[in-house]
Amino acid sequence: MAYALQQLINGVALGMIYGLIAVGYTMVYGIIGMINFAHGDIFMVGAFVSLISFVLLSTGGWAAGPGAVLLVLLISMAITALYGWSVERIAYRPLRGSFRLAPLISAIGMSIVLQNFVQVSQGARAKPIEPVIRGSVELWHGNGFSVSVSTMQIVIVVVTLAVLAVFTWLVTSTKLGRAMRACEQDRKMAGLLGIDTDRTISITFVIGAALAAVAGTLYLLRYGLADFFMGFIVGVKAFTAAVLGGVGSLPGALLGGLLIGLIETLWSAYAGQDMFLLRELNPAYKDVAAFAILIATLIFLPSGLLGRAEVEKV
Amino acid sequence: MSAMLQLDNVTSAYGAVEALRGVSVEVNKGEIVTLIGANGAGKSTLLMTIFGSPRARAGRVLFEGRDITAMPLHEIARAGIAQAPEGRRIFPRMSVRENLLMGAQAFGVDPGPGLEQAFTLFPRLKERETQRGGTLSGGEQQMLAIGRALMSRPRLLLLDEPSLGLAPLVVRGIFSAIRTLNEQTGLTVLLVEQNANQALRLAHRAYVLVTGRITLEGTGAELLARPEIRDAYLGTH
Repeated sequence: MAYALQQLINGVALGMIYGLIAVGYTMVYGIIGMINFAHGDIFMVGAFVSLISFVLLSTGGWAAGPGAVLLVLLISMAITALYGWSVERIAYRPLRGSFRLAPLISAIGMSIVLQNFVQVSQGARAKPIEPVIRGSVELWHGNGFSVSVSTMQIVIVVVTLAVLAVFTWLVTSTKLGRAMRACEQDRKMAGLLGIDTDRTISITFVIGAALAAVAGTLYLLRYGLADFFMGFIVGVKAFTAAVLGGVGSLPGALLGGLLIGLIETLWSAYAGQDMFLLRELNPAYKDVAAFAILIATLIFLPSGLLGRAEVEKV
Repeated sequence: MSAMLQLDNVTSAYGAVEALRGVSVEVNKGEIVTLIGANGAGKSTLLMTIFGSPRARAGRVLFEGRDITAMPLHEIARAGIAQAPEGRRIFPRMSVRENLLMGAQAFGVDPGPGLEQAFTLFPRLKERETQRGGTLSGGEQQMLAIGRALMSRPRLLLLDEPSLGLAPLVVRGIFSAIRTLNEQTGLTVLLVEQNANQALRLAHRAYVLVTGRITLEGTGAELLARPEIRDAYLGTH
């Protein structure tokens, strides 16, 4: 029981990170109907910007404490947002009005460009950082096993929820959010009402990239490593989360993220254990489990868990 | 005095299909002008070409003396033209109130008077204020589309077949609202309609569009009296 609880906590913390990235996929899909395959690499860029910022701050002698983490987070969000904006500007906007696959192909190209750019500029080896956030809180102790939440996990959950709360407020209660929703529901009509839809799309990419930067920073702090290829696997999992939650649904993105995080964590924790059929499973197949979900969702539940099923009158 | 809106020999096309072939139309300040024609004559294309979507391939579109032919869609809207487009295009997952607010927000105008006007003109919208746009009836959606277009306080209102698919009583209500707007606020209206009978009664002037060309023009009363119009668009009375 204690073991299960511990795994649940681990799964939720990981799922939050997937959720943050999934929101970026789902937002872009909602507004321009394309899967931004470079989004995972934007997450990777976010992690690298944070890594570089931490290194710079620590050579300056003040890399510790919540102030430094917050500062790094903000720097990473700002610079990564600039990357997100540029990607849209360079690779997607010129193709608007082109055939439907064109921006998708361009996105894959952009993903390769970002990976190679980081590989060349930062090197191909994984870059470690010193642990910044240490310590843990013990929740329960007994039978030779204890349940604890690391400070890092608390930070992940708190930061994610805070960022998503601000984001939700932005989308539901501000003029900008209303313009974004209008573009998502009928872009041409938004233009007829004087909305600069290109600008709204740019802002969507900026926000999505900033959220991915938060995810990248948290991931870096949690696992202590960044490499140029990290965005691929994490990106595909976040994409799976977005599909599972229902592409286009913002709450669905977080729900899907949590489920993928939990499934992955529980698979690693229980596969191969000496119980029932579990001993037949291999814990190394946790990614297979995540992607099996992607395939199953696409076949049996294409609109996802919280996807749209509303009937609209014409 | 030059016209408020002037289409000068405009040609427009979707891909290879020419929808407008050298169309010239004028709308003067304070007028209701209607454009009647059969399905596929190019009526909606004409309204969308004013907004540059599709862009005119030849000819010019002038609004209040400014050449708007090549302007981006949203800037044409900001110049003071609003449209209740074909199919109404209500934002289905926004409330009635939010739909209306969308009409004002790009213009930096206070939405208060616009909301009041929409709710006075169409009290039904007030009753449905918090309901989602996608759940409204066709008539309510048309009222909302007009109310939303008025939120930006436009000087020219383009209406694309507001009567389409609506019950006669609802159509009468909407047409009388258009007349009220024109008489009380001096709003200039360009109305596209298949319902020629009512449109011609409402309009000061009218044009007949046949496969992308203007074939007739005159006052509403003149066109109503012409036998070829009666045969082609009004049925036999």
